Amino acid sequence: MNYDLILGITNIVLISTTPLVFAGIGELVTEKSGVLNLGLEGLMLVGAVSGFISLVITGNYLYSFILSILSGVVLSSIFAFFVLRLLTNQIATGLALTIFGIGLSAMLGKKFGGTPINGLSPYYLIIFSFILVFLINYILYKTKAGLIIRAVGENHHSAYALGYDVIKTRYLTIIFGGVMSSLAGFYISVCYAPMWQEGMTAGRGWIALALVVFATWKPWRLLVGAYIFGGVAIMQMNLQAFGVKLPGQFFNMMPYIATLLVLVFISSNKMRLKLSAPASLNIPFEKN
Amino acid sequence: MIRKLLVILSFFSIFSLSSLSAAEKKIGFIYIGPPGDHGWTYMHDEGRKYMEDALGDSISTTYIENVPENADAVRAIRKLAQSGHDLIFTTSFNYMDQTLEVAKEFPDVKFEHATGFQRTDNVSTYSARFYEGRTVIGHLAGKMTKTNTIGYIVSFPIPEVIRGINAFYLAASKVNPDVKIKIIWNYSWYDPGKEADAANTLINQGADIIVQHTDSYAPCQAAEKAGVLAFGQASNQEAFCPNSHMTSIEDIWGPYYAARAKAVVDGTWTSQDTWQGFKEGMVEMSPYNKKLLSNDLIAEANKIEKSIEDGTLHSFEGPIYNQAGELVVAEGEVADDGMLAGMMFYVQGIDGDIPQ
Repeated sequence: MNYDLILGITNIVLISTTPLVFAGIGELVTEKSGVLNLGLEGLMLVGAVSGFISLVITGNYLYSFILSILSGVVLSSIFAFFVLRLLTNQIATGLALTIFGIGLSAMLGKKFGGTPINGLSPYYLIIFSFILVFLINYILYKTKAGLIIRAVGENHHSAYALGYDVIKTRYLTIIFGGVMSSLAGFYISVCYAPMWQEGMTAGRGWIALALVVFATWKPWRLLVGAYIFGGVAIMQMNLQAFGVKLPGQFFNMMPYIATLLVLVFISSNKMRLKLSAPASLNIPFEKN
Repeated sequence: MIRKLLVILSFFSIFSLSSLSAAEKKIGFIYIGPPGDHGWTYMHDEGRKYMEDALGDSISTTYIENVPENADAVRAIRKLAQSGHDLIFTTSFNYMDQTLEVAKEFPDVKFEHATGFQRTDNVSTYSARFYEGRTVIGHLAGKMTKTNTIGYIVSFPIPEVIRGINAFYLAASKVNPDVKIKIIWNYSWYDPGKEADAANTLINQGADIIVQHTDSYAPCQAAEKAGVLAFGQASNQEAFCPNSHMTSIEDIWGPYYAARAKAVVDGTWTSQDTWQGFKEGMVEMSPYNKKLLSNDLIAEANKIEKSIEDGTLHSFEGPIYNQAGELVVAEGEVADDGMLAGMMFYVQGIDGDIPQ
């Protein structure tokens, strides 16, 4: 293996893993505050299509970025209103959001599919993703705001009794999660594969959801986990292209085997998993 | 889970299209991807529109998109059959068992299964000889590569895909014996991100031409960005990669769909197997890119098309050996359709194994 080859592989891994980092870190913060949002895939798709359409119309990356983020704010606010004010079931509402997002993005993008655009260099957002993970880790564990988010996620009644606004905190974390998902979508349709095609996120929202559990709700582990997922996928492509003689099924299974191994390793220390999972996750909060 | 819900949702949209006159024949389509993929499903949808234009008021059409190749497909096909469709096109290879299962339950409904090989009284099969196009691009790739390394992105190990790889390699190695192909199996027809990753991986490993047998135009875009050459898939993809796109193999389904729908309207439909290529116009090459290819090379490509059309050239002319060195097609013979339809081996010279 020569230097250029390794550099090239690293480059591809960085480019393909970044959307998982964005969507995953957003969901991590949302879940830390005790809300499970299964709508990532839908949010990503709407973020992708809004970013793409606004880029086609305005030709300006900044407007495209802002509109994409706005789509995340709007959609996740609707989700937040349902689960926080109307106390709907989080799982059902999240699934509804995904289905809605798939449909909405397909409808919005109908006229724009197949319009060629000039993609934005992915490196700005790749660098930003690392800074973001650092920032989120700092905020969650070193600041008062982070303490409130975690308190709300662990025991919302106690947090409420201490005078913290549970609903407001969760509104903010849900919107943050939504913004991160739409940013992942923006990255996919404007930087990663600069195009719009229906359903183009191809399940990355679900992988990001799995990542959060895989990372046991810790930002740094999420980053490492995302790069394990992404790295394994790219390595198996490289092995295939090198013509390494292994059965095809093995290639196909490698990401799952890697996931399983890490899961086994993590679950061997049951307490650690138990300590990280937010205790109020997926439990609606009602003021007594 | 989500896909199931989507399939269910799309059923409702079918019911909403109910008020139709009795004389009108209803024709349904099952799509593997969205019509907006600018590839495989897009071209089937173009065929559907062509059929609508050709037959006017005597037919009406419905489609269900994004139908996964599992038990959901049974439900989707059955739903079309139950809602009074007279003719149903199932447009992916792995709908085979599902199509046959539903066809058994509805003997009066006609079915057309794309790229399959199992027929019954009410199930026809049809496919295009895409491999003829692969012979043309193989020739161009063999002549155009400088690194003698060609990257080939594929979906699933099924005969259609393997036949394409073989046809491509036979043509490429004929004009350039040193050519090597690197193959990446993506195990999906449609994932733009993964297709771009595969293209970048191949380019990183020295490929200077990217060939794809997947459905999005991401590989072509990746090639454009990296400054290497590419061929498009299913529809003309020149708009997405004007400086790297040499040509695409286009699938032209319209005339066939119109003819089969006409047969249902006239009551003359019978089960049959159709496999057409350049000659009948079911496969066409997109305009060759004059910026990239010399006039001589374009003339050669046109000549190959012509020779395949008039039968003087075949994509699989003997002698052909498999990887083990056994003679599979003797000198002076060509591979018959039976061998082509079930082709599950690589020809000699291709590295690696077909995933099982």
